[in-house]
Order: sequence, then structure tokens, then C-alpha cells
Amino acid sequence: MESLPATKGPDALQSLLSAAQKLADGGTIRDEIVSGIYGVSAEICAEAVSYQDRKKLNSTYKLDNIATSRIWGFPIMLAILGVVFWITIAGANYPSSWLASLFGFIEGYLTAGFTALHAPDWLHGVLVLGLYRGTSWVISVMLPPMMIFFPVFALLENFGYLPRVAFNMDRLFKKSGGHGKQALTMSMGFGCNAAAILSTRIIESPRERMLAILTNNFVPCNGRWPTLILLASLFMAGGAATGAFRTLTTAAVLMGMVLIGIIVTLSVSWVLSKTALRGVPTHYTLELPPYRRPQIWKTILISSKDKSLNVLTRAIIVAAPAGIITWILGNVFIGGESVLNHMAAFFDPFAHLLGMDGFIIMAFILGLPANEIVLPILLMGYMSSGAMVDIDSLGSIKEVFLSHGWTWLTALNMMLFSLLHYPCGTTLVNIYKETKSLKWSVLSAVIPLGIAIGVTFAVAQLAQLFGWV
Amino acid sequence: MTPYTVAFAGNPNTGKSTLFNLLTGMRQHTGNWAGKTVITAEGEFTHNNRLYRAIDLPGTYSLYSNSADEEAARDYIIFEQPDVTLVVLDATSLERNLNLALQVLEITGRAVVCINLIDEAHKLGIEINLEAISARLGVPVVAISARNKIGIEALLDQIERVASGTYTAEPLHIAYNEEIERGIAQLLPMVEQTVGRSYPARWIALRLLDGDESLMASLQNRMNSQTIPDPKEAVRHGVTACH
Repeated sequence: MESLPATKGPDALQSLLSAAQKLADGGTIRDEIVSGIYGVSAEICAEAVSYQDRKKLNSTYKLDNIATSRIWGFPIMLAILGVVFWITIAGANYPSSWLASLFGFIEGYLTAGFTALHAPDWLHGVLVLGLYRGTSWVISVMLPPMMIFFPVFALLENFGYLPRVAFNMDRLFKKSGGHGKQALTMSMGFGCNAAAILSTRIIESPRERMLAILTNNFVPCNGRWPTLILLASLFMAGGAATGAFRTLTTAAVLMGMVLIGIIVTLSVSWVLSKTALRGVPTHYTLELPPYRRPQIWKTILISSKDKSLNVLTRAIIVAAPAGIITWILGNVFIGGESVLNHMAAFFDPFAHLLGMDGFIIMAFILGLPANEIVLPILLMGYMSSGAMVDIDSLGSIKEVFLSHGWTWLTALNMMLFSLLHYPCGTTLVNIYKETKSLKWSVLSAVIPLGIAIGVTFAVAQLAQLFGWV
Repeated sequence: MTPYTVAFAGNPNTGKSTLFNLLTGMRQHTGNWAGKTVITAEGEFTHNNRLYRAIDLPGTYSLYSNSADEEAARDYIIFEQPDVTLVVLDATSLERNLNLALQVLEITGRAVVCINLIDEAHKLGIEINLEAISARLGVPVVAISARNKIGIEALLDQIERVASGTYTAEPLHIAYNEEIERGIAQLLPMVEQTVGRSYPARWIALRLLDGDESLMASLQNRMNSQTIPDPKEAVRHGVTACH
């Protein structure tokens, strides 16, 4: 004991540590400590815990043997995802049209009221055609799918399925050089990329955390689901298909989008971990908590309040002023053309290379603050540029698109662009706050943007080359 | 009267936050730990006209500094020294959950062990002898269901007993193998002299043996920012300091 030096004050800690290291002499101490603790735990449990029926306990293991098996894991995951989409699309269809006709009906009265009051045309334009129409679209297009999708997803989460998804995905992430927990932060991204950036804190290694941050926006978030769902159901179901088959095709297309997102996530992780972020993945333990019967009503209420209403409020708050601005831009004329048309015309040549048009690119640029408003801005842009269509059903939204020269390729590329392009403003701010690095924050916008442009360009050129459009 | 502080520790997925929300209700706010990127919640509740400040520590499997979460939980228990550390365990997988409780008890005896999800365990046919566990651990053990509000009053009573000092715990000390115990015995006097009596010396010695540098960094920070407890006090308590 006397041979070990001991002093007072903070410097002493260092000498304490080196004294301890001399004593520890090797690396097996941790194992011994852990086995000491585990031994006592096991002893106490053997003494105090009794099991009436071991079989009951095994139900979780049995279920996990299937849900996380090498053969069935992925098919089950895809099937569940497919069913969730199917329920969402099938269920949202009617309420969406009802809401749209309701808002269209009210708009008639509003217009009549403005006429009766002899209100000037521009006021009617700003308030009814801009503000009211913009927000009512957001509500009728976004609310029903959200009211179904979020609760169903939350039920799945409460049941305990998401950790199994992470478990299944783990192998793939390890192979691509990332951390297994990236599967969890990715799942979080399906809800909200901005929140998922914060959730990457669970990954300790800075290298692996950066991979998770940079690739998070390749999974569609709350703000992008409505765009994907709407475009898929309007354009991807094929002309002749009706009813159940139509819904099924739409669900399959959405699932394809998710799969593309995951493939891009893995590929980008792989490339980065071989280049800018080189390293070997670290190990970790993933707990599979027992399956639990979800508290159905509570889950539905909470997810409706916390997710659906929040997303909708955010969309309306941003969409309302955006509606007014878009209307003004569309109705201020310079040299015979509206400002909006000038802007769209500016982006048009570039956009056509990507199989889209200038309005779409503009909507994505103006939609930087929140992905929720990309679609409303696009619709308002189209509407204010002359093609006046009464929006009283979802079908007429399709007419707006068609009258602006949309084909299935336009819809597909807009979906791909939405899936792959830069994350929203909030997410970018979070990335900067978390990484404290301007370089990586800029890269987290530039890499996805580059991929989005590359993929849409390739698809557009291929489709035109083979004469599919 | 200053409120008692109660820190909520537990593995992830044990219903720790459900219990926290149940007790604090709307009286809570979330924020970041000072200097740490770990989110935590703080709230208040009252029991027998006494105010309690509740702190929801991040859910962790251990206090061995494997992640920022574990460091935050560990630092709170060691440095803030809450009046009660409530360890929430999952009744359906007690054996794994007990590990965290044992680690907490190595740091502080001011603890209450709360076995949550007891109704789930009953459904699965798991019977738990609370007295036996309490006798071994040396601290109060209460079975509850936060979800169905079972056993909450009894839990609050036990928290009160430990907080007010009515219950003095004799927490279980884990006897490690000879090599570790010898190491601890050698380091203990030095640790006590260096960090003072206010921190759990045996546990710190154990962590030193494991080469826990993150704990060292936290201690260093702590000691730079405040005066070091007088080593003479250690002598008065009958512990030999050696030079």
C-alpha cells in the first residue's frame, strides 16, 4: 500500500487511475465485474422468483423466431408495411373526397358573399382563391391519410414490432459499414427527420453517427407521406384499374418508394464508410422487449393529437401565408406574364431534363421550410396561372395536373425527388446544432440533392429513350 | 421545506416514463442536461403534503459509461446525490433488470426498488417474493403497475420513508472475486483521500480498476469547480489515510 503514491487535488486522479491500471493489469476486469453482478442477480431471482408456467413466457420467443427469422423476417416486414399502406389508402379515399367537396361547397358561399359585398377582385383572389383554397386543400388531402397512417403505425410501435425491424435491418447496416442502431434512427425518420437527427445521439461513435445523420432523410417523413400517397393514388394505379386492385397497386408503389429509400440509405452509407467516413462498425446490444398488447384507444388519441394535428397545424401555418404569396406571385404581371410564370419558366429547361417542370422545382425550393407545403404550393401555382378548375373532388386535382402536361413520369419523378432531395429546414438546423460543422451540414443537403437530381435525370432520360412517355 | 429529490433510473422499456408521467402529470418540463446532449424531464409531485422534485434519468442498462446516456445517469446519482434513487424494473424480465439495481445500490443506499408491470408478470405466471428481494437488497421493494395505477400509494410511502431517513438502508454489497477485492482494498484509502467522503469510494475504486476514464473526467470537472472535501474529515471517521 505504501508503494502507491497518493496526493490531494485533481492531479491526484490521474495518478489514481494509473495506480488502478497497474493493479488491474490486463483487460479481464470488466468481465469479472459483470459476472459478479450477474451472479448476484441470478441468485436473487432463483430465490425470489417462481414461474408457474414456462410455456407462457416462451410465446415472445416463439413469435420472435418467426418475426426475426432470416427467411421470414423481411417478407413479414414488407407485408406489414403493405397492409399499413393499404389501410391508409383505402380508408383515406372517401373522407378526402368528402372533405374536398365540403370545402368546395363552402367556397361557393364565400365567393357569393364576396360578390354580394362588392368586394374587389384582388381581395377575393387573395383570401378565397389563395388563402382559403390553399389551406382547405392541405386539410382535405393530408388529414384523412394522417388520421389513419399515424395511429396504425403507433399501434405497431406499441405492440413492440419496431425493435424487430431494427433487428432485421441490423445485418444490412453492419454490411454497409454503419451502426446497427442506424436502423432505429431510420425508423424514427419515417415519423420526422428533424426528430430522428436528435435520436442519432444513441449512436456513440461519431463516425457512425454522422452516417446516420447524413442518410436519415432518405426515408419519407410525415411531411412527405401525403405527397407520396396522393401522387401514387392519382397516377400510379394505371388507367383501367379500379377498386381494390387500384388500392393494391398504389400500396405497392409506396412500398417501392420506401424500399428505394432504404437501398439509397444503405448504398450511401456504404460509399461513405469506404471513403470520407472510413472505419469498422462497433458492436452493441439490442434489446427485444416483450410484445405487449397496445392500449388501443389511448394510442389512437395520442397519435392523433401529437402527430396528425401537429403536422397539420404546421402545414396550415406555413401553407396559409404561402398560399397568399403564391397567389400574389401568380397575379402580379410583368411584361404580360405573371411573376410565377417567369420563375417557373426560368427553371423549366432544367426541370424538363429531370422529367418535371419549373413549377415543381419551384415548389420544392419554396417548400424548404417544411415538406408539408410542397404539394399545396405546387397546386396553388398551377391554379393561379390561369387554368381555373373547381376543386370539389380529388379527381379534379388530377385534372389540374393533367392540364399542365403531367404524365406518369412526372408523378414518378416528383415522388422520387421528394423522397431523395434535401431535408427540410428544421432538419438542417438540427443537423448543424448536432454536428457543429458547417461542412457536414452543407453536405447533408448537397449529397441528397445530387442523388435526387441524378436519379430523376436517369429515369427521365431512360423513359424518353425507350419511348415510354 | 426544500423538496425531496427523487431520481428515476431504469432500463429502457420498463415503463419508467409512464410512472414518471403518472406521478408528475402536467407538472413537468423537458430540457437538456447541462453540457450534455441528453434529453431529460423534470417534474414535481406531492405526497402527504410534502413536495418532491422528480428527475427522469435516461433509460440505461448499466452505469458503466458506455454512452452519453449512461454517463448522464451515473453523474446525476453520484454528484447530485438525490434524496431517493428510484430504480424501476420490469417484472417480466427481472433477472436482467436487477443488474442496474445492483449497480445503483453500489453507489447509494438511498434507493427504492420499484418492480413495474407486475400485472403483466402475473398474467405470465411469474410470482415474485418481494420480501425476499428486499431482504437481499437491503432497500424497500414495491411492486406496481404504472399503467393500471396499482401499488402507487405504497410506492410513495416507501419513497417518503427513505427520503426522510426513517428507513436506513443496509444495501447489498457485491463480493467480487479475490483479485478485484484486493484491488479495491488497495485503492480505497487513496480514493477516499483524493475525492473525499461524500462520494461512494468503493464504487469509484471499482470503476478505476475497470479503467473508466469518463468517470475520471467527470470527477476532475467536479473537483475543479468546487473545493475538495477536507481529507481530515476522513481521518476523523476512522479511516486511515496513507502518505
